[in-house]
Order: sequence, then structure tokens, then C-alpha cells
Amino acid sequence: MRILVVGGGCGGTILANNLARRLASEIRNRKVRITMLSASDKHMYQPGLLYVAFGQMMPDELYRDQESLLEPCIDFHVDPVEEFHLDQNKVKTKSGKTHEYDTLIIATGSRIVPEEVPGLTEGSETFYSEASAVKMFKRLREFEGGKVAIVVGVPHKCPIAPVEITFALHDYFKARGIRDKVHIKYHYPIGRIHTIENVAIWAKPEFDRIGVEYETLFNVKEVDVENQIVKSEEGTETEYDLLISIPPHRGMEVIEKDKLGAGGWIPTDRYQLTMEGHDNVYVLGDTTNLPVSKTGSAAHFEAEVVAENISSIIKIGAPVREYDGKVYCFIEAGHDRATYAMFNYQNPPNLKSPNKSMHWFKMSYNKMYWTSVRGLL
Amino acid sequence: MSECKTIDARDTFCPGPLMELITYMKQANVGDTLELLSTDKGTASDVPEWIKKVGHEMVSSEKVGEVWHLTVRKTK
Ligand SMILES: Cc1cc2nc3c(=O)[nH]c(=O)nc-3n(C[C@H](O)[C@H](O)[C@H](O)COP(=O)(O)OP(=O)(O)OC[C@H]3O[C@@H](n4cnc5c(N)ncnc54)[C@H](O)[C@@H]3O)c2cc1C
Repeated sequence: MRILVVGGGCGGTILANNLARRLASEIRNRKVRITMLSASDKHMYQPGLLYVAFGQMMPDELYRDQESLLEPCIDFHVDPVEEFHLDQNKVKTKSGKTHEYDTLIIATGSRIVPEEVPGLTEGSETFYSEASAVKMFKRLREFEGGKVAIVVGVPHKCPIAPVEITFALHDYFKARGIRDKVHIKYHYPIGRIHTIENVAIWAKPEFDRIGVEYETLFNVKEVDVENQIVKSEEGTETEYDLLISIPPHRGMEVIEKDKLGAGGWIPTDRYQLTMEGHDNVYVLGDTTNLPVSKTGSAAHFEAEVVAENISSIIKIGAPVREYDGKVYCFIEAGHDRATYAMFNYQNPPNLKSPNKSMHWFKMSYNKMYWTSVRGLL
Repeated sequence: MSECKTIDARDTFCPGPLMELITYMKQANVGDTLELLSTDKGTASDVPEWIKKVGHEMVSSEKVGEVWHLTVRKTK
């Protein structure tokens, strides 16, 4: 049995390690082989970018060598897939190699596409990559006051990021003693300030309390960089001195090119996590088309379900679990308080008031991630 | 040629039905029709509000059992 994992990020790594432990004896007896193909020899802890943007973490703290995170029996190659041939159960890689499989897991994540919004790349700061987060920090340091606008592209990973960045900006300018010189305006695509109703209900009075203005039903259409104006699809506009964006996302180009899913989002069964029409192909994390938050947390819980099912199919011939849509997100409510949202397909999150201990739990999790991704937590 | 696509946004709290619709709207071509399925009670008012403000066309809205079926057309 040849198991091929494409993508060595959050979901792919948890899945591969979990599977390697469940199938340790089958791997020893050479009945099962696990191969992982990824695009990088480094693994990035992406949530850390939020802290890099405020000078609270250094970029080098975000990385580990991917191989060091994997069970030694996993055959790991930095050789990204360039062609998927699902009808022939094989993929072709950048180096020209062909890998055949019996079971395929696709966990290639998502990418930012700010270029889809004219002016967004040149006109805004963001924190969705290492370089942009460092650049944003330097820009924030130089900022002495004026109008800050926050805009949100659709779809985007980490749906909590828009509110987190807003609270963090407030605390940052306050700590620098210039909050009274900064006007913060938050823009959100739908008719309330967060898509999760209970997050919106909690965050609205918090925004009022800290003096953050908000405009809803604002889908960013273009940025007039010269005149420093951001315009919405809905016909409104906002002037800014500093524009912060959560860029829109797509899945990886290879997913679109090989027609696995429009926009790079692969049609996925919401309970079994198999690709529609392909029972031996599983899809994890950001690249699914599921109506589930694009978060490391969703990728983690999905990976556990898929690992358990692939292993049980090998051992007893049937899957044993379904994914229930579970997501657990920390919500940083500034630089020293946090809360969390836990929900699934059926149950909405019930938000608690932010407190210092949740913030310190999140700070610890920033380190514990490396244990979690090894599949030990 | 215009297409009709169904978006299954039943039982989702995040990203939620309207966010899902906006995602698929961006991928659609002018003239395409999208049918949104939702179990969220707010959808019946949230979606028409956005469609009106942004300037697309609301084709129909009906509740079948526990599921809202909202059909919209991309006009620009
Ligand atoms: C600023 C920021 C803050 C965030 N905060 C949080 C948070 O607080 N909580 C949370 O849960 N999530 C958060 N996230 C989201 C989280 O990081 C992602 O949702 C998660 O990493 C998705 O996991 P994944 O396995 O789907 O993709 P990724 O972890 O992105 O991994 C994709 C992998 O696929 C590889 N790959 C790409 N193309 C190919 C190819 N062609 N062939 C082979 N391999 C390929 C890549 O090299 C990479 O290893 C945040 C993200 C950002 C950017």
C-alpha cells in the first residue's frame, strides 16, 4: 500500500505522523509505505506572522526543518507536484519524477492573491507572508498618526485575523502613546463585523469601547494608491494614510491548472474528507472547498480523522470516523488578553470574555505547535 | 455560456453562507446564476441586503423544510 501525502504544512505533517504511528507495524513489515512531497524543506508556523508584524516575534522563530518534524519512517522529498493524474493514480513532480500511489492526500494549502485587487499590492501593508509582516512592522514604527484603514479580501485564511489585527493595532498605538492621533476604521465584507455571529456580538461593543469605526458590506474593489483611497464593490470609499489588508486567497496554481477545483479549492466530502468522485483521494486543510474556516485548527482535526480512517481501512476494511466540522480558534483581543471560539457544523461558538490566562495559553501554544504538528499533542 | 451552480452552505458558522456566496460570486462570470443553500436564519435577509447594495440580481428566495434556497444572478 503506497500512501502519498502532497503538502508538508500543518495538515499534511499531522496526518503523516499520525498515520506513521498507527501503521508502525505495517510499515516495518513493508506492507505500507508513506511518502511526502512538499514545496519547501522548511515548515512555517504561520500564526506567528501576526506577532512579527508588531515586532513581538522574530521571523526565524517561525521555522523548523520539515524533516525534523516527521517520523523517521516517512520518506520525505522537497519536490513539488506539478501534475496530478488522478485517473492513473500518479503525480509528476518538478524534478520530473513520477510517484504512483494507492491512497493520495492533498494538503497543499492556499496562497494570497492581492494582485486580484488593483492597487492592493502597492497600496497596502499585510502580514500574510514573512517579508510583508516585517515590512508592515517597519511601516508601523514610522507611523506617527493619521487614518488607518483595515480591509478584508474574500476568501481568506484565518477568519479571526481581521479582528485580531484591529485589537493589536489599537494596543500598539496606545503603547506608543499616539493612539489619540490615530483613527482606525475597520471594513468587513458582510453585514456585521464578523462572519461568526457570536464573535460579531462580542467584538462590536469592544470596537465601540476602544474607538474603532467600522463599515460593513465593504468588499474591496480597488485601491487608488496615488490619492490613498480604498474603494468597495458596493460603491463606497475610504481615505487612508495607512492601509492594512487581509488579502484574498486562492488554492495552489497546480490545483487550478489540473482542474481539481475552481479557484484551487477541491470539492471535498464534508464528513469523509474524500475528494468528490475519487474515493482514494483525501483532501485536508485550506485547499478543501468545505464551508469550514481555513485554519490550522481545522487542518489538524481533519488530519486526525483522515489518519484514523486510512489506518482503519487498512486494518479492518472500513472507515471509522466522520469529520464533524470542528474548529478551535484562539482570538487575541490585543497584546495581553485573549479568548477562543470552538464550533463545529452543528454548534456555534459560545464566546467568553477575554482574559490574560487565555493570552498566555496562546503564547504557550505558539511554542507547543511544534509538539502538536509532530502529532504528540 | 452562463452556468448555474449550487453552493452548499448548510450548517456552517464560519465562513458562513454570505461569505461563501461572495467567494463563488468572484469566481462566476457575468450572467451566471448561483443557488445558495443555507440553514442560517439570517441568510434570508443578509443575502438580499448585500445583493441590492452591490448591484447583482436576486432571482428567488424560498424555504424548503429547514433549508433556504436563494438564487442570485451576477450582473457585473
Ligand atoms: C497571519 C496568519 C495567522 C494565522 N493564524 C491562525 C490561527 O491563529 N489559528 C489557526 O488555526 N490558523 C491560523 N492561520 C492559518 C493556518 O496557518 C493555515 O490555515 C494552515 O497552515 C493550513 O494548513 P494546510 O496544511 O492546509 O496548508 P499549509 O500549512 O499552508 O501547508 C501547505 C503545504 O503544501 C506545500 N505545497 C504547496 N504546493 C505544493 C505542491 N505543488 N506540491 C507539494 N507541496 C506543495 C507547501 O510547501 C506547504 O508545506 C493563520 C495564517 C496566517 C497567514
